[in-house]
Amino acid sequence: MTVLDTPTAAALPVRIAGVGRRFPAPDGGERVVLRDVDLDIRAGEIVALLGPSGCGKSTLLRLVSGLDRADAGQLTIAGTPVAVVDQRSAVAFQEPRLLPWRTIERNVELGLPRGTARAAGRARVAELLRLVQLDHASTLRPRQISGGMAQRASLARALARNPGVLLLDEPFGALDALTRLTMQDLLLEIHAAEPATIVLVTHDVDEALQLADRIVLLGSEGDAPGATIRRVLEVGKKRPRDRGDAQLAVLRAELLSLLGVESHHPENYITQAIKAQRAKRAGS
Amino acid sequence: MSAAKTTGTAAPTEGVASSAYQQASVYGYSAAGPGLVDRRRARGERRWWPIVGGALIPLAVLLAWWATTEFGDIPSYRLPSPADVVHAAGELGSTGQLWRDVAISTQRVLQGFAFGSIIGIVIGSLIGLSRTASILLSPTIGALRAVPSLAWVPLLVLYVGIFEPSKVILITIGAAFPVLTTLSIALRHVDPHLVELGRAYGLGRLSLLTTVQLPAVIPALVSGLRLALAQSWLFLVAAELLASSMGLGFLLMDSGNNGRVDRIFLAIIVLAVLGKTTDALIGLLERWLLRRWG
Ligand SMILES: Nc1ncnc2c1ncn2[C@@H]1O[C@H](COP(=O)(O)OP(=O)(O)O)[C@@H](O)[C@H]1O
Ligand SMILES: [Mg+2]
Repeated sequence: MTVLDTPTAAALPVRIAGVGRRFPAPDGGERVVLRDVDLDIRAGEIVALLGPSGCGKSTLLRLVSGLDRADAGQLTIAGTPVAVVDQRSAVAFQEPRLLPWRTIERNVELGLPRGTARAAGRARVAELLRLVQLDHASTLRPRQISGGMAQRASLARALARNPGVLLLDEPFGALDALTRLTMQDLLLEIHAAEPATIVLVTHDVDEALQLADRIVLLGSEGDAPGATIRRVLEVGKKRPRDRGDAQLAVLRAELLSLLGVESHHPENYITQAIKAQRAKRAGS
Repeated sequence: MSAAKTTGTAAPTEGVASSAYQQASVYGYSAAGPGLVDRRRARGERRWWPIVGGALIPLAVLLAWWATTEFGDIPSYRLPSPADVVHAAGELGSTGQLWRDVAISTQRVLQGFAFGSIIGIVIGSLIGLSRTASILLSPTIGALRAVPSLAWVPLLVLYVGIFEPSKVILITIGAAFPVLTTLSIALRHVDPHLVELGRAYGLGRLSLLTTVQLPAVIPALVSGLRLALAQSWLFLVAAELLASSMGLGFLLMDSGNNGRVDRIFLAIIVLAVLGKTTDALIGLLERWLLRRWG
């Protein structure tokens, strides 16, 4: 594991209280995308936001980053309200969004906080490029590297901010399955080296199970318009996790059924475990 | 010169301008794109090929021209031979008239191009970046651009006189529009994802402009400058044909009146060489800009 020479900012807690967001609809009215979202995220925790496409995951992430404003409710980082484009957090988008005319190194440099001394900045960038295993590619242009490498550069740029909160919007969504697994492991290594609070948007159940301390399921409930939190699941397993773990399989089946995907297995120990768990919840 | 003759010359020159528009924008982008560079690299050692290859057609034309005048049955007052043109160059060069004409024409083009580009960059940036500026300025600019360039000439002559300023102003008008148009359109189409990225990483309006927006539009800006330069030469000749006592346009006009076809050929060749040379300078500027922001 890479040992970092630069002290990093402390992880910060995030509080989302009663948050809602509406957008003007094409018909002239308004469309509620998010309503009554309540979530407390502990400092240093990894939270996965899971939900069907278009349910408002990115919108919620943008609200936390300060790129967008909520219509209702409060968002705070470490007790103070989220500012317009809050510099205590850093975002990595679904697309790498590297400046095509800059080298990888200089793209990562863009993430450094304003007023970083030149030498210190250069050292920090070199260190981060080592961390995301891109030190050999530092002088290449974005068009000369693969999608996985570009996502790692984007991750390094976000880390250069020394963020208290790292916001990742489907960072591995566009990658092939194998690269995605490697990237997930890398993200955990990074989290161990630079323990920021991580909010990770994903639509991949396995990714959420592999990475998150808690999985937050977003979606619509009942007849009310807009998505809200349907369920928060504690994964409660130490990382790194065995991808074939039986306990995770139970959670996976539960998440899939909540997402409306029926598992096609006949009655087995997993479905029995789910039923038992549901009965317990209903009883308590 | 009669009104009918004026419109007669204006129509074909407008045509040339618009086709130069398309060519230059295509070239501007491909020159910055990856394909060309990679192919160039793949060719490896053959550095001489672009130079020799580009010279092939001019040499063939020269040969055909020479052969036609040498073996054909065309009198030299209709088609002068290459030697006649060289002779004309020697003649005009020794009296100093050729150098004076080249110098004054180049000076007018460079001045008008410089003023026009600066005006184009400033107004183009305003329109491209600010919605308010676009709402206020776009209709007026569009209307001004719709005025055929030569329509300004009588007004300029009346208000500014027939001396230097009226010619430089006409060239300025011609140079400003292509820069303004290409730059404002390119700025409006900078990838919104990259602009949002800049915002997310704490860039203010000005640093967003210098870090994201301007570098993103360099290829478009350079092709705008290329067009502006081509327009500048076009407007120079127009201005000098109409009212002047010096310059390459005057040389053309004067030679036409005196039936000196050799001098007409000379003036055209000199214009081609000057135009290509100044265009090559823009190529150098492009390389420098891309390195500066690359
Ligand atoms: N700026 C916006 N203006 C209007 N509608 C928006 C805007 N941003 C997002 N939306 C709408 O909000 C919904 C949720 O979008 P998003 O948060 O991107 O979903 P997800 O990331 O979960 O796939 C979508 O229907 C989208 O059309
Ligand atoms: Mg999304």
